[in-house]
Amino acid sequence: MSVIQIVLLLIVAAITGIGSVVDEAQTHRPLVACTLVGIVLGDIPTGIILGGTLEMMALGWMNVGLAMAPDTAIASVISTILVINSHQGIGQGIAIAVPLAAAGQALTIFVRTITVFFIHKADDMAKKGNYKGIERAHLLAMSLQALRVMIPTLIICLISATAVQHFLSSIPEVITRGLQIGGGIIVVVGYAMVINMMDVPYLKPFMYAGFLFAAFTNFNLVGFGALGLIAALIYLQLKYNNQPQAPVTPAGIVFDDDDDDLDA
Amino acid sequence: MSEKLLTKKELTSMFLRSNFLLGSFNFERVQSLGFCYVMIPALKKIYPPGPERDDALARHLEWFNTQPWLTAPIFGVTAAMEEEKSKGRDIDGSAIQAMKIGLMGPMAGVGDPIFWGTARPVFAALGASLALTGSLAGPLLFFVLINALRLTVKYFGLFYGYEKGLEIIKDMAGGRIKKLTEGASIVGLFVMGALISKWTNINIVLQATKMKDAAGKVKIQSVQNVLDSIMPGMLALGLTLFVAWLLKKGVNPLLIIIVIFIVGILGYAGGVLG
Repeated sequence: MSVIQIVLLLIVAAITGIGSVVDEAQTHRPLVACTLVGIVLGDIPTGIILGGTLEMMALGWMNVGLAMAPDTAIASVISTILVINSHQGIGQGIAIAVPLAAAGQALTIFVRTITVFFIHKADDMAKKGNYKGIERAHLLAMSLQALRVMIPTLIICLISATAVQHFLSSIPEVITRGLQIGGGIIVVVGYAMVINMMDVPYLKPFMYAGFLFAAFTNFNLVGFGALGLIAALIYLQLKYNNQPQAPVTPAGIVFDDDDDDLDA
Repeated sequence: MSEKLLTKKELTSMFLRSNFLLGSFNFERVQSLGFCYVMIPALKKIYPPGPERDDALARHLEWFNTQPWLTAPIFGVTAAMEEEKSKGRDIDGSAIQAMKIGLMGPMAGVGDPIFWGTARPVFAALGASLALTGSLAGPLLFFVLINALRLTVKYFGLFYGYEKGLEIIKDMAGGRIKKLTEGASIVGLFVMGALISKWTNINIVLQATKMKDAAGKVKIQSVQNVLDSIMPGMLALGLTLFVAWLLKKGVNPLLIIIVIFIVGILGYAGGVLG
């Protein structure tokens, strides 16, 4: 690996590390992060394929409320570097990525705890009206999240590729192939998370409809997306535009809850 | 209605900063420092240096947490209320706090299912299915679609919130939000159903039957062949519902993932899975 490549990898690590905490541009998702590493290391197809594989596994990993998802930033960046540099297969990539995602989660929780210190600094700044200090506190906390991915990435870059290759090649086939099979099954955890998130019992039939359509047709995902959209539009039209005309309420009148003519 | 104080310049600066809202996410006050960071361009313009500005800075360092993209309208409304307060209207700091807290729940309630539950998994699955063939179109499609949606919501949400101020709460009470959430949930659930069937790879290679057909050729059927002839993807569906149930019971998802990996390794070693 050349020095330029290492520098570029560290930049990718910083972008994805910040990306995974801010959850905005989605650079931390495997699909994007692995592709970026692939571009830097000059093996774009491997990056994209590994990214797609990990993305399916991580489909339902999300930060909701205070719950923290396993970290896809570290998992994607490091597993792609190892797979490309040590000429390994997707199975090895999965084998490395999953424990890394758990480790990354622990690291981000650690950084999010340290950040409490910056909040108290910011409180003091606010008392003095020092808004620049508040901005600095925020950006410093954010840069710790960048370092969280940059440091492990640098370590991986410095380890000799042949040693890693030797280690990865020594993983028996039954493990790598088994993990790959497991990876094909693991996607259901993501589906289950997404389904639980939209836990609306009266809408569940749409999931089974989607399942049946997929089981017996050959649509691709664009087709399913469009079909789902049409189903949603029809449902909303039937539900909201087909009701008997309710008496029009003059503007400005507050609805009262005693009105029970719908309960009849 | 008097002239608005904040111009496009301050609002754009808030919009840009809001891309880093969660940078200082922490377990004491979650998005608070980020919230203050985004509000600074507005507060600088609204209040001259002095105790009022300091109070405002402190006010926005309080606990705050919601779906990050839907903070945009909250920032707009907050800026509008701070402006009113600075003009001597009858608004005190606690009213601004109450509005923020009041909007947090509904915004997360709408934003989580629409963005995390529907838009991202649908776009990501679309991108990943293309990516598995090695096509750059996969990651590009995902990145462009999700960010077009995100930036549109954030930009217009902020300007809309600032324009409308507290009236936004009246808008939200209407049926439109519920319709949008329901519609998005339908698309999300439908696509999830399709994914369960098509993009889960479970293959039980264990031999089920072995018989000679009319031509005398030996035909071996695996358990998977038999299951597929009944209903393709039925195992995946059963497993998904089971995992959903486990997750509801509070089982750690990483534990489930590890167990599935162990099943994969043992299954392959034992010649059951392939």
